[in-house]
Amino acid sequence: MSITPYRVLVGPEGYLPPAAASRGILLPEKGEALIEGAIVPEEEAMQAIATKLLSAKNPFFFPGPQLLWDWKEGVALKAQAVKKLADLAGARVIPMPDYRPKYPMINPAVEINPNHPNLTIWHNKIDVCVFIGVHCHYANMALKIIRGGTSCYTIALCGEAGHEDAMISLCCMGMPELARLTEIIQSMKGEQAA
Amino acid sequence: MSKDFLRISPAFEDVMPAEYRELVASGPYGKGYGISDLGSHKELLEEHPLCAGCGLALSLRLTLSVLPAPEDTVIVGSTGCSALAFPQVALHNIHSLFGNQNAVASGLKRALKLRFPDKHKDVVVVAGDGATADIGLDMVMQSWFRGELITTIMLDNEAYANTGGQESGMSPKGAVLYMAPKGKKFQKVNMPELAREAGCVYVAAVSPANPKRLGKAIKRAILVAREVGPTYVQIFAPCPTNFKFKPQETIKRIKEREKDGTYLMREYISPEAQEYLAAMEGGTKDE
Repeated sequence: MSITPYRVLVGPEGYLPPAAASRGILLPEKGEALIEGAIVPEEEAMQAIATKLLSAKNPFFFPGPQLLWDWKEGVALKAQAVKKLADLAGARVIPMPDYRPKYPMINPAVEINPNHPNLTIWHNKIDVCVFIGVHCHYANMALKIIRGGTSCYTIALCGEAGHEDAMISLCCMGMPELARLTEIIQSMKGEQAA
Repeated sequence: MSKDFLRISPAFEDVMPAEYRELVASGPYGKGYGISDLGSHKELLEEHPLCAGCGLALSLRLTLSVLPAPEDTVIVGSTGCSALAFPQVALHNIHSLFGNQNAVASGLKRALKLRFPDKHKDVVVVAGDGATADIGLDMVMQSWFRGELITTIMLDNEAYANTGGQESGMSPKGAVLYMAPKGKKFQKVNMPELAREAGCVYVAAVSPANPKRLGKAIKRAILVAREVGPTYVQIFAPCPTNFKFKPQETIKRIKEREKDGTYLMREYISPEAQEYLAAMEGGTKDE
């Protein structure tokens, strides 16, 4: 019996796509990352993220509550670094301030909700999005819904263990990793300009 | 959570939706607002999908406006009309399975006590009459028997209103509803009396026709549940859709029922709760 490994690819995969974890996708260890379900070195994933962001038509960052709210020391600084990264990549920002299932009362032009993230993706015609600062279970749910119903390429910059349901996922994302990703984008932009 | 956490990261201030900026700038967190402050600040519930004239919507608005510490309050809800409004409420809230609300609230309260031993975290159950007096009566009463430090608020619209209008234990005898055409055969369950006998140290039956009394009862119930014992507030919230009266007649309907003695407003305070309240309310403005 041959088994084709599951790939976390751009959708729309259809209503209720499987959780990638249930199809054997494993989370990366520190120093590693995931690209479309395969474990790769972190540096390779950062290069891929930079390429995706810089070649996107309409990239967006979706910062979650852990970054939007200045709830502990260091968050404001990290938020500033993320904003700088988004600006550098030419991406716009739509926040996910909380997880209330405000259906159907959100304004998809100004916010994204994890319970129906597809509305924001569709409304703004987003082709590449970056999740950061969203609590794990809500990020996984939203990433799965996006994969199920849209053709948006999903990237997760996760401070914890990473997200199988994103097409590219970094883990253990701290300030040094943010700085490194910023540096890669900066240098790739320089090369493109040259 | 503490109100000190309600700060937006400066880098994202400009992209935050106006609703959140308003909640930070003029929300009720940490302010100790009451009924008389309504209209002067950003409220926790401003939009909802409930019917015109819904007594429950008005009761919910009043209830949310008097929470002693909204930033440290978790609402546990259950299936019913109120559950339709909670996704829009700017508070922590948990939707439990139909009838499980007091069991969920018990576990939550205990967990919060372990996690934040030096802080009051108010766990408030807000559920309809079906969830409280019928389907969840077991869980409700067991939580009272155990003396759980939670507040149970029943929004009593006297029917299963969002499923087409079936009779509930709280429907009055003889009530005819869309799905109870023959009229209810037995009396309305006397929940305030059950609550008192089951161990609630503070019990009140109130209505939005008297907002100040409602506000005072909610505040008292939440404060007493912090240290003394379980508390119960029953809010009469008539349903124009199922009882077939005009939306603008909700308050009139409450007053008529109160006047003819078919809905009794009352308050029971145990001696321990009385002592506690005397200490808490001494020197503070009576809401």
